[in-house]
Amino acid sequence: MSETVDLGFPSLRLVPKATEKQSAKDFKTDQEVRWCPGCGDYAILAAVQSFMPELGLARENVVWVSGIGCSSRFPYYMNTYGLHSIHGRAPAIASGLAMTRPDLSVWVVTGDGDALSIGGNHLIHALRRNVNLKILLFNNRIYGLTKGQYSPTSEVGKVTKSTPMGSLDHPFNPVSLALGAEASFVARTIDSDRKHLTETLRQAALHEGTALVEIYQNCNIFNDGAWDPLKDSDHRDNLTFRLQHGEPITLVDGTRGVIRTADGSLEVADVATVGLDAILLHDAHNQDPSVAFALSRISDPMTLANTPIGVFRDVKRPSYDSTFQAQMALAQEGGRGDLASLLAGNDTWTIS
Amino acid sequence: MSKQVVQLSRVIIRFAGDSGDGMQLTGDQFTSRTAAFGNDLSTLPDFPAEIRAPTGTLPGVSAFQLHFADHDIMTPGDAPNVLVAMNPAALKANIKDLPRGADIIVDTDEFTTRNLTKVGYAQNPLDDGSLDSFAIHRIPLTSLTVEALKASAVSKKDAERAKNMFALGLLSWLYARPTEGTITFLNQKFAKKPDILAANIAAFEAGWSFGETTEDFSVQYEVKPAPMKPGQYRNMSGNLALSYGLIAAAQSAKLPLYLGSYPITPASDILHELSKHKRFGIMTFQAEDEIAGIGAALGASYGGMLGVTTTSGPGVALKSETIGLAVALELPLVIVDVQRGGPSTGLPTKTEQSDLLQAMFGRNGESPVPIIAPRSPGDCFDAAIEAVRIATKYRTPVFLLSDGYLANGSEPWRIPDVGSLPDISVAFASEHNHTNEDGSTEFWPFQRDPDTLARPWAVPGTAGLEHRIGGIEKANGTGNISYDADNHDLMTRLRQGKIDGIDVADLEVEDPTGDAKVLVLGWGSTYGPIGAAARLVRADGIPVAQAHFRHLNPFPANTAEVLRRYDKVIIPEMNLGQLALLVRGRYLVDAISYNQVRGLPFKADELAGVIKGVVGNV
Repeated sequence: MSETVDLGFPSLRLVPKATEKQSAKDFKTDQEVRWCPGCGDYAILAAVQSFMPELGLARENVVWVSGIGCSSRFPYYMNTYGLHSIHGRAPAIASGLAMTRPDLSVWVVTGDGDALSIGGNHLIHALRRNVNLKILLFNNRIYGLTKGQYSPTSEVGKVTKSTPMGSLDHPFNPVSLALGAEASFVARTIDSDRKHLTETLRQAALHEGTALVEIYQNCNIFNDGAWDPLKDSDHRDNLTFRLQHGEPITLVDGTRGVIRTADGSLEVADVATVGLDAILLHDAHNQDPSVAFALSRISDPMTLANTPIGVFRDVKRPSYDSTFQAQMALAQEGGRGDLASLLAGNDTWTIS
Repeated sequence: MSKQVVQLSRVIIRFAGDSGDGMQLTGDQFTSRTAAFGNDLSTLPDFPAEIRAPTGTLPGVSAFQLHFADHDIMTPGDAPNVLVAMNPAALKANIKDLPRGADIIVDTDEFTTRNLTKVGYAQNPLDDGSLDSFAIHRIPLTSLTVEALKASAVSKKDAERAKNMFALGLLSWLYARPTEGTITFLNQKFAKKPDILAANIAAFEAGWSFGETTEDFSVQYEVKPAPMKPGQYRNMSGNLALSYGLIAAAQSAKLPLYLGSYPITPASDILHELSKHKRFGIMTFQAEDEIAGIGAALGASYGGMLGVTTTSGPGVALKSETIGLAVALELPLVIVDVQRGGPSTGLPTKTEQSDLLQAMFGRNGESPVPIIAPRSPGDCFDAAIEAVRIATKYRTPVFLLSDGYLANGSEPWRIPDVGSLPDISVAFASEHNHTNEDGSTEFWPFQRDPDTLARPWAVPGTAGLEHRIGGIEKANGTGNISYDADNHDLMTRLRQGKIDGIDVADLEVEDPTGDAKVLVLGWGSTYGPIGAAARLVRADGIPVAQAHFRHLNPFPANTAEVLRRYDKVIIPEMNLGQLALLVRGRYLVDAISYNQVRGLPFKADELAGVIKGVVGNV
């Protein structure tokens, strides 16, 4: 079967709009928030609740789906529809919901353990299919709800209750993983940077297909300060690339930038030495994910030096749900099936 | 040349050959013609898990058994009257099942020293007298086929491959089956390969003519049509009936059906079938694994679809946690388990009834799930509708326990009148259901229907009913997270009470003489063999009663009363006594468990012996 069918790009525009102006308050529930005081999740929740009115979607058409873990309590605090499911399975459950209900805006909240350990399979398959889901992955590099074991994003040698001599596993880089699965939208942001977080959510929300947003989130109980170098005003500008489509990829302080070497790989160089013209311009819309992937590998997982934040990749690809619904429509073009003739088939006999 | 025609009341034929010999197709075609002719019939395909085991070996033998009669029958038959053995392996693998005097048709071309050695025959059994008690028909099927296709455009290899059609032609003559259907079928199957088409038709016709002319067969047999209830019939396999039942149920429930599934033998055919029917609003999703299959189905149910997942035992093990979530969420979901031999990978293509306790108890916590089991291939249709009815009415996951025998077996099926299908539609919640003391109203996701104890099905997109649910324990009524001791005790009892209170039909007992002291109790696909055994017993003037569970959770309300009526209860199962354990535990009845796990249905003869033994001791 070599024929191809143009299946179009339906997206959020199928989701009904709110009839009245909304505020952050409209998205708050009466439930007592049960995260630890000081948890980075509070900042993300506040940012999301403030941002949702901007989308102007009917609240009843917004659904938050989560798995298990601290972050997965998120749906209880959003005054929309919400489903707190089981460990790692949120992308699968949300996929079934999103592909059958194009009138819904479906969001998944997950953590580094939920998404990358027990739920790794569902995550990569949702990403490759490009189901219309917005996945917020709260990465705190630790298991919180089970009280402090190392996670699949923990740095090698992490001493935890389950690894008293240090963890042995090489960590996942969630952005690299998502790009490897050819996700059509991959971004990274930080819990404490409200402005950047909101802007990243905005771009994710507008994206057609799966958007994966890794949010560096602080667990102040079991892994406090994991992202401090990127938050500390003395150092962060010297450690962080803020990716902007079409702009040169330089650290915020402008001292160093990303260049392409003779063998095609990426490298960080002194801007003063190589000149600003030599610095790679960020192309988030490049269909080839390999440059974005190389960019995701440029940071040091131990020191966090050279950490890019922002949108790594944002490309157009038909969402699974749109193609799924298009096939349904195509099959029904000639009208609905007739049950009586289906049951009878074409090889019958009659007894009178 | 006209031959003598002998009337027979019933015949059991087994086609056996190499996996690549096309025995399933041959059997299917003979079955279709037999069905159209009006005989009652029952089939048993029996094939290995490997797609193509090494040629000519015992593991590679694929067989198809067909029982057809001029009266109503209940099983594919115990012992074949006729074995068609396409090679020495097929003979060796099946000879032990044949009664003395049975006809054996062998392809002598395949009885070479090499092939005989491959399966451990030191001497050719066709020559050493070891088959003297059988009627052997030594026919060079392969060379006759090649000879018949000499003028054809196909290669010698393709000509040899048409030998199954030669055999089908011969058998079709022998039992006076109509031929048009087979020709039509071949025309459709090979429409794009005219040479192969011509070769197959020629081989089929040559087989028929061979029967007419050879002196090896002195008689032709006739099995008259069986009297059946008036109506329009077709032949129906269990997996197809189950698929159609789901489609019909979705229509009756006025819900779009969404199947989330992962391929697994012997359930995959349901995924294949439902994938064809998008015109009926049937959505199918081949997920990345069993867990995602049920997860997506549950997500779809949450969104107001009829969520279904299909699998076999190993898949159920993977889905268990999500089934538990569905119990906690109290959302409709149908889990189809086409059981196969276990544990672990077990016997993928062989039947077993060993997932009953897994369906009943295979989850953490107190997590009751209704269980429904079809009793025959055609009954899979009605059982599927019943599963959907319960799932939607009570907002609960429901197990539908088919098995490999029902899935692949077939029988004549009276096509139901679509207009007579029950209306099983339910309403989504649309408004607030709780009034506070101050007169304000709100939506409580766990405010239950007082009759069914079901909670409202409030689907996203419904304004004013925004709510949050999850696997963590909820307060009855409000649905807020609750760790309260009394609430958990209440919710546990409510979830159990909801399932216990499901309206299920009474258990019916068949006891023609009304004086039986022994009851044979079964569930699922053993219905046919138990029924056939009971008839054999009664034919000897010995009374015996039969009852068969469709609902295994909850059991019908009259079960205790039925069990008390009999001195002894025999429970034959294709497991080591799973229903017996439930019945003993629940009703304190000292049931006699009779068990086999041979990957094949019970033989009526054997069961009859067991029943007689018990009756004799009462």
